[in-house]
Amino acid sequence: MRDYAKEVLEGSVRAAARLISWLEDEDPRALEHMERLYAHTGRAYVMGITGSPGAGKSTLTDKVTFALRKKGLTVGIVAVDPSSPFTGGAVLGDRVRMSRLTMDPGVFMRSMATRGFLGGLAKATGEVVKVLDALGKDVILIETVGVGQDEVDVIRLADTTCLVLVPGLGDTIQSMKAGVMEIADVFVINKADRPGADQLYAEVTTRVEQDASIRERAWTPPVMRTVAVDDEGIGDLVEAVEAHRKFLEESGALEEKRRRRAREETLQLIHGELYRRIRDRLTANGELDALVEAIVQRRESPYRAMQHVVARWMRE
Amino acid sequence: MTEDRKIKIIVAKPGLDGHDRGAKLLARIFAEAGMEVVYTGLRQTPEMIVETALQEDADVVGLSSLSGVHMYFFPRVVELLREKGLDDVLVVGGGIIPKEDIPELKKAGVAEIFGPGTPTAEIVAFIKNNVRTRD
Repeated sequence: MRDYAKEVLEGSVRAAARLISWLEDEDPRALEHMERLYAHTGRAYVMGITGSPGAGKSTLTDKVTFALRKKGLTVGIVAVDPSSPFTGGAVLGDRVRMSRLTMDPGVFMRSMATRGFLGGLAKATGEVVKVLDALGKDVILIETVGVGQDEVDVIRLADTTCLVLVPGLGDTIQSMKAGVMEIADVFVINKADRPGADQLYAEVTTRVEQDASIRERAWTPPVMRTVAVDDEGIGDLVEAVEAHRKFLEESGALEEKRRRRAREETLQLIHGELYRRIRDRLTANGELDALVEAIVQRRESPYRAMQHVVARWMRE
Repeated sequence: MTEDRKIKIIVAKPGLDGHDRGAKLLARIFAEAGMEVVYTGLRQTPEMIVETALQEDADVVGLSSLSGVHMYFFPRVVELLREKGLDDVLVVGGGIIPKEDIPELKKAGVAEIFGPGTPTAEIVAFIKNNVRTRD
């Protein structure tokens, strides 16, 4: 078997690409390699780019990557698009806007389908970020699916989350709601040359001011204007992200963020493995079928079944 | 696990022609058949297509050409894939391809050519039957 972990650390695109496929497929072979890569992760800075469909996330990702490359930084991109809930298939179209990055050896880009995972990312996105980190990329950009109001998983992976907004999608009340509006470390008003951009800018700025008066916060999200297709405002946006990074590093918030991430991730891994093991055993010995039958006939309740299964597992 | 493994396919338009209706439609048809389709957009060089296949760990590369560049582009893609060690990637082509060109393209390593009017179910079936089993 090939030593993918070693090859990834040596910079092999092929090895990274295959390992990512295994992670997407939840192939157990990935585990051993991830275990060895883990010590080499945590170096990259992770940026999330999220926003509604058509807000310009892909174009922004392209321009920001280009700007980072000019600064001599290498970039990993994970672009997530939705899977069909009916067929499981997906059209992953983010590369269309990033064609010019394809031949740049300092950029690795991977398209991912959500495969039924809600929250704006794919289940394996966090693992893919680690592979790109171990591959030596300085900055990793996660482009989420087009989000609505409640798909906020990206903040669990990103050090800095940029929320991309565009004029014409709603009035003040939209900017008052909870959810996605709360997660921005940096607001980006894209298509800022369009009618309504000034109004949107004013609304978002007002929201940010209100936030500050409701509760004191250590970081005030800046509101940036961009016209991504024309490459306008990108330099300022990159600077705003750098300022946020500096704030996180100096205030100790980055360490805190990453500690919280490690905690969640560890619990999630344990959860996943326990679930898999118990499910496999219950299915293999036919116990699950028997339980389901009893539950359907109301001879057993799912609550009691759960307690029994867990209690027995704890004893063993 | 292997049974429900998603087939990942790159749908690419090599060369300079701007007619991507067919390629876009096929992208949708493949997605409808349960595949994960990376659509690259227009004006791709063989190098770009192969680099995309490499980073995406694609199982299949689907090439569409309507401008007569297939005799250069298709074999070149196959050749570059081999250079990168991606010889198990299935390469299929479509578009406006004269019949007399097909044997040579196949000899160069293009698995199949689907001309206009091919039932899409046939294309999907061919891919499903011939795609690699990934190690």
